[in-house]
Amino acid sequence: MLAKRIIPCLDVKDGRTVKGVNFVDLRDAGDPVELAWQYSRQGADELVFLDITATHERRKTTVALVKAVARQVNIPFTIGGGINELADADVLLHAGADKISINSAAVRNPDLINQLADAFGIQFVVVAVDTRYVDGKNYVHLNGGRLKTDLETEHWIKEAESRGAGEILLTSMDHDGTKNGFDCSLLKKINDRLSIPLIASGGAGNEQHFVDVFQQSNVDAALAASVFHYGEILIPQLKDTLRQHGIEIR
Amino acid sequence: MTGIINYGAGNIFSLTAALERLHIPYGMVNTQDELAAYDRIVIPGVGHAGTAMRKLQASGLAEPIRQLKKPVLGICVGMQLLTSHSEEGNSPLLDIVPLKTLHFENRIAEKVPHMGWNKVFHENRCALFADIKKDAYFYFVHSYFIEYNATFTAAFTEYGLKFSASLQDRNFYGVQFHPEKSGEAGEQLLLNFSNLH
Repeated sequence: MLAKRIIPCLDVKDGRTVKGVNFVDLRDAGDPVELAWQYSRQGADELVFLDITATHERRKTTVALVKAVARQVNIPFTIGGGINELADADVLLHAGADKISINSAAVRNPDLINQLADAFGIQFVVVAVDTRYVDGKNYVHLNGGRLKTDLETEHWIKEAESRGAGEILLTSMDHDGTKNGFDCSLLKKINDRLSIPLIASGGAGNEQHFVDVFQQSNVDAALAASVFHYGEILIPQLKDTLRQHGIEIR
Repeated sequence: MTGIINYGAGNIFSLTAALERLHIPYGMVNTQDELAAYDRIVIPGVGHAGTAMRKLQASGLAEPIRQLKKPVLGICVGMQLLTSHSEEGNSPLLDIVPLKTLHFENRIAEKVPHMGWNKVFHENRCALFADIKKDAYFYFVHSYFIEYNATFTAAFTEYGLKFSASLQDRNFYGVQFHPEKSGEAGEQLLLNFSNLH
């Protein structure tokens, strides 16, 4: 059986990790490559890097990061941030990225999903969606959840799938940062209608939240950032807990 | 030394990075003449099997590969190329192993692509899996699969159905998963292949 995946997410700016990291045996907590290697050793199944570099040097630093990770890490990883056209994705593919993640660029130009899928295959294309609950419905939001769009989340995800997304990374902005658990009911609703993998994001605070999201929504993967970086959840123990609940885990 | 068939079917940075981490020497094979310089050959491949086959034929390497007597390892689409035919683009392939590459869609209820870590079961008879657990997890990303066959399947995986995670026919080997992305088990498999003669 296909194992459920546990995915730490690293925010990177100018080649350095942004959020604090609290591993005892790290030489350099700001080095995304060393962190990635540590996570792979701990049993992370995959990694997501979100590059939030805003300077003109962005492309150069992102490519350098991707190359360094691909050289050192023996598990798959996704890179997101600043991918607006085919050429951006092409250099990242050749630098060793397994997948790229697009978010607002896909909302502004949905045809980008088709172009990327045609050029590189759907397995390369992750569409990240930030959602927030407004007046009884879930709407796609941009700019880290600050800008509401008129797109209903479920409709947009189905459109992304039909255009050639290979995977959806869905972040509930209502749950993100709360540590009160994933939005299992929304995730289940979306997952039941999707025939590509769904990654749950937003709200992880303890091990039980991961048990809940897999048991209640049957998503393919669960992503978190700070609970892993601060050592509040340790991946080996988390995986033991999931196994004890009968969840298929590598 | 290991030669990598360089025919433009997908990115090989991750593969060469893995070989470098493992201190496995390698070089690139661009032409038929360069095949002779290597002890064993890797056929990488990502993307569309029919497109990959056309690129392989354009490189002039298709027929020479069929004649090879040294160990050959096809990875992902590189393994599918070893079979006779793919439903992807209804493409005739190298026809080294008399099996077919089929589409998961409409054959299984599970999500397609088959993406993630799955158990690979081998029966200790293939040298690729020396010192690897009988149900080790490997990383897969694919929508097409090679049918299970009692003679040629070196290891199988279950995803809605039982399929060939790995093939062996004489000196020809294949793996559907990505050893270069499959943690320590994948690294062991690459080391095992690098010891074949």
